[in-house]
Amino acid sequence: MSLLELKNVSKIYGDLKALDNVSLHVDQGEWVAIMGPSGSGKSTMMNIIGCMDKPTQGEVLLDGVDISRESSKNLTDIRRDKIGLIFQQFHMVNYLTAVENVMVSQYYHSMPDEKEALEALERVGLRERARHLPSQLSGGEQQRVCVARALINHPELILADEPTGNLDEANENIVLDLFAQLHREGTTLIVVTHDPEVAEAAQRTIVLEHGKVAREVINENFGKGSLQ
Amino acid sequence: MKAFPLSVKNLLRNPGRTIALALLTAFLALSVFGGSVVVIALRSGLQSLEARLGADIILVPSEARSKVSFQNMFLQGTTGAFYMDASVTETAMQVPGVEKVAPQTFLASLKADCCSVKIQVIGIDPDRDFTVQPWIARSLTRELGDMDVAVGCKVEADIGEIIRIYDQRCKVVSRLESTGTGLDTAVYCNMDTMGILLSAAEAKGISHKLTSGDAVVSAVYVKVKDGYDIDAVNTALTGRLRKVTAVRTRSMMTGVSDSLAGVSRTITVMIVAVWVLALVILLLAYVMMVRERSREFAVLRLVGASRRMLGRMALLESSLCGLIGGIAGAAVAAVGIFSFSALIETSLGLPYLLPPLPVILLLAAGTILLSAAVSAVASAFAAWRLSRTDPGTALREGN
Repeated sequence: MSLLELKNVSKIYGDLKALDNVSLHVDQGEWVAIMGPSGSGKSTMMNIIGCMDKPTQGEVLLDGVDISRESSKNLTDIRRDKIGLIFQQFHMVNYLTAVENVMVSQYYHSMPDEKEALEALERVGLRERARHLPSQLSGGEQQRVCVARALINHPELILADEPTGNLDEANENIVLDLFAQLHREGTTLIVVTHDPEVAEAAQRTIVLEHGKVAREVINENFGKGSLQ
Repeated sequence: MKAFPLSVKNLLRNPGRTIALALLTAFLALSVFGGSVVVIALRSGLQSLEARLGADIILVPSEARSKVSFQNMFLQGTTGAFYMDASVTETAMQVPGVEKVAPQTFLASLKADCCSVKIQVIGIDPDRDFTVQPWIARSLTRELGDMDVAVGCKVEADIGEIIRIYDQRCKVVSRLESTGTGLDTAVYCNMDTMGILLSAAEAKGISHKLTSGDAVVSAVYVKVKDGYDIDAVNTALTGRLRKVTAVRTRSMMTGVSDSLAGVSRTITVMIVAVWVLALVILLLAYVMMVRERSREFAVLRLVGASRRMLGRMALLESSLCGLIGGIAGAAVAAVGIFSFSALIETSLGLPYLLPPLPVILLLAAGTILLSAAVSAVASAFAAWRLSRTDPGTALREGN
């Protein structure tokens, strides 16, 4: 069953076609990697799927709703209810502790629940660092807090933009392990990456070039590697 | 509700920024609260002076001539004395148009062994007085007896205490309400007591410059009947009385009123200048903050905050800063005004009567609310800009 479907989506900035008539679908519970060189349209696609931007043309169906026609307020609601976002930079609120950064996502979703937030931190191995401010955490730890924040409201879709781009190997493995766990639990994952190793962890890789889908690669070894 | 804990955490965990913004609003609050209290105190002082003078014309000996020195006795409590024959009172009463007359006799005590304090002593005739007596009656239900004195609120003597004036023992029977004028530094007695004190002073070598034994007065307050022209009565009094100067109280009040208007204007200009300056700085500070905080607001947008929530959060933060600054500014102004009240009064040389506590509290509350409101208004543009933060763009710029 399809969770996300892009139909003939284009995003045009003046003379530049950041996305050019792109169509693709992602099934519920699927783990998809999106690869491509700089300027290929990865970030534009991520912004559109993440309800942060709208396409110039085409339809974007998320769980059956065409988000390309929704108002800004509705997009906020959809993003809050259905999507967990993770970025390359560790976008944390710098005056909130690790647990508060997780709880802030709960604030705007439903009700803050510290116990549940601490459990989310435990899941990413940071229970002991819950009361630390971002400035007191390493890059890898900050990214793991962001993962905990992204999954706290049990989103249907985790959308990650270069999630391991600023991490060392150890932290990269921790994050990919977490993604594998989420995948096993039925969460849909879309991971934008430059890193072939990260892409190989996914079931399917979509390669973008010049704003178009250049090819799709099915990972034959999916489920056989150490992550699975 | 959701914005509140985040706003508070932001303020508490960015103490430098919070203190800087609160300080700016504190300056606003300090200027508006301090300035308002001083202006109100000056106006109350003027009203109090008008009520205490209560007369249309004051007769003083020509030797007292400069009404400035006479004025200073009322405004700043300088001690001094001048005398004329007591018959002036009755003569004035016979002038057509005069409704009431109230004589007063002044005596300055010495800073010497014979006197407890250096003060102005004012003798009144309780039966005729219509200026000071109503004021004394508010604190003392009976008439002043012989060797009884009522003391102004700035005289350091308690009820029941004995003070010595030219070695005469006078009993303090009442402490009077504040008037904000020089009258607060004087003590009041009846004419019989004043006679005893004048004799005692003369024995000490302080002559009242009239033949010993003559009854003397220093000033006669004249109330003109309704329907009579005060200037005409003034001219008639001057013509009838020799070596006596008739001073219209309105001219005295006009001088004080003009000075007060000048001081009020200066204070108002200063308040406006401080407000304009602080508002511009606040506006700039909040606009600069838009850039600094756009990433944070983008993150909050990503985790589900709506634009309205973020706008409300930004306004709440600035209002809280304004509230803190307002409280601090009003508190500092209150401490300054109450601690340096005497200095302010002396420096201005004008009647100065602090408003009652409920008025001061009301002013403080108004100032604090105004500070919060101004802070919110100054941050409105920044709040709007922050609430419109496009999360994708802001985070890409952050990258």
